[in-house]
Amino acid sequence: MPHQEIIFAGFGGQGILSMGKFLAHAGLEENLNVSWFPSYGPEMRGGTSNCSVIVSDEPIGAPLVTDATAVVVMNRPSLDKFERYVVKGGLLIIDSDLVNREPERTDIEVIKIPAQRIAEEVGSKKIANMVLLGALVEKTKIVSMESLLKALKEHGKEQFYELNKKALERGAEFAK
Amino acid sequence: MAKKVLMKGNEAIGEAAIHAGCQCFFGYPITPQTEVAAYMSRRMPQVGRVFLQAESEVAAINMVYGASGAGVRVMTSSSSPGISLKSEGISYIAGAELPCVIINIVRGGPGLGGIQPAQSDYFQATKGGGHGDYRMVVYAPSSVQELVDLVQEAFDVADQYRNPVMVMGDGMLGQMMEPVEFKERQTTRNLPEKTWAANGLRGRQNHNVINSLFLKPEELEAHNRKLQAKYAEIEKNEVKYELYNFDGEVDLAIVSYGTLARICKNAIKMLEKEGIKVGLIRPITLWPYPKKAFDEVMDKVKVGFISIEMSEGQMVEDVKLSVNGRKPVFFYGRSGGMVPTPAEIAKKIKEIVGGAK
Repeated sequence: MPHQEIIFAGFGGQGILSMGKFLAHAGLEENLNVSWFPSYGPEMRGGTSNCSVIVSDEPIGAPLVTDATAVVVMNRPSLDKFERYVVKGGLLIIDSDLVNREPERTDIEVIKIPAQRIAEEVGSKKIANMVLLGALVEKTKIVSMESLLKALKEHGKEQFYELNKKALERGAEFAK
Repeated sequence: MAKKVLMKGNEAIGEAAIHAGCQCFFGYPITPQTEVAAYMSRRMPQVGRVFLQAESEVAAINMVYGASGAGVRVMTSSSSPGISLKSEGISYIAGAELPCVIINIVRGGPGLGGIQPAQSDYFQATKGGGHGDYRMVVYAPSSVQELVDLVQEAFDVADQYRNPVMVMGDGMLGQMMEPVEFKERQTTRNLPEKTWAANGLRGRQNHNVINSLFLKPEELEAHNRKLQAKYAEIEKNEVKYELYNFDGEVDLAIVSYGTLARICKNAIKMLEKEGIKVGLIRPITLWPYPKKAFDEVMDKVKVGFISIEMSEGQMVEDVKLSVNGRKPVFFYGRSGGMVPTPAEIAKKIKEIVGGAK
């Protein structure tokens, strides 16, 4: 898809910034224009963390996303803050193991994934972010799974590659 | 063509400086530019060069003064309050006619202010900051690639004119990652040998002296005249700007720089769909200011110019000087770390254009 703007949000330590980075690397792999912009305010110190990623076939304007074609949230405060950022008809992906309320919007598509449980089945709760990223890529086709895996191989830790790959695939399966 | 890599603005600054032959980096941490120093602390020793974290910004800029006086390429980096501290040293460096590169990744002020993106150091960068009749070249890149290219250019320009050069970005540019390519570059400039450097006699009869003290008024005035002649030369040769969307007449012309200019481009696209045509003058050098860009587009502009800034109105003064009464000048700004959205900018422009129609 030509132009997509994504927000990833959750707690520090959940791999929010890495999700964005892998996606941006994958976009670059496909010769698309990409930008990645993290929250760097006081909120990142022990609190919530988020990043904006834009993947586009046109030059990118503001790297800060306010009209998101998709939002991925991994905690309740992030849902509270970013639900309204999703454009009409856009996509909201929720880690339903960590978010204890239903989204209010009815004009967007919502996918609720028990990402913690799936990640645990794969091998570790720490890779729940990859489950969600797999679902995002499957649903939005923002990049190909092949490019994403290549990005993971080149920029991720080698010893976690197989595990991460499995988590991505399980997330993609869930979103199909 | 070198392979494109995804890099954070702050880290790209470090790598660009290394590519440009920067021998010494002296810094002191401050958000949102700390990654510059962090990157340099790792990379500079790898390439056998000097990284030193000073005990303060004042110390860092004086280390720059010393290294530059010894004839090596040197850089320092900070964010707004830190640049205030360095300003005394910058004035000395300008007075002593030494080349160096200074990075300012701007955050909101005044005082300690905040840590979010801002452009409120425009006056400080372009109108002095430090004392005395000095000028420094100020680059305002709007993408990580342009940041890389201009940091490298900054070293050449500094050496050519024996003058400090600042590269100024906002927190957004420092923190964001974008694809960059480190081009194999060859300067087309004729860079003079640093025969003035205080690096030992090297067969000369007399020591070179690095100095900014001229107690006799006649001598200081003569020194100032010499500096002014150099600044005039820089104004003639080094102006850089981008004109965007000026094919044909425009209802309004935006003037905006840095990452904000990109947001303005998004606003321009939004307005285009509503039948409002807007052009953009993007100064790439904030000093020397691209006055001639205004002359170039003046006849195409129907309603006037609007300076859009992440400040309460600083560059707008240079816009007024450049327009020189020929058309109305408007202003829109957010400050304190607030980044305007394309929709906000578009709304403001519709108010102005609608009112004029």
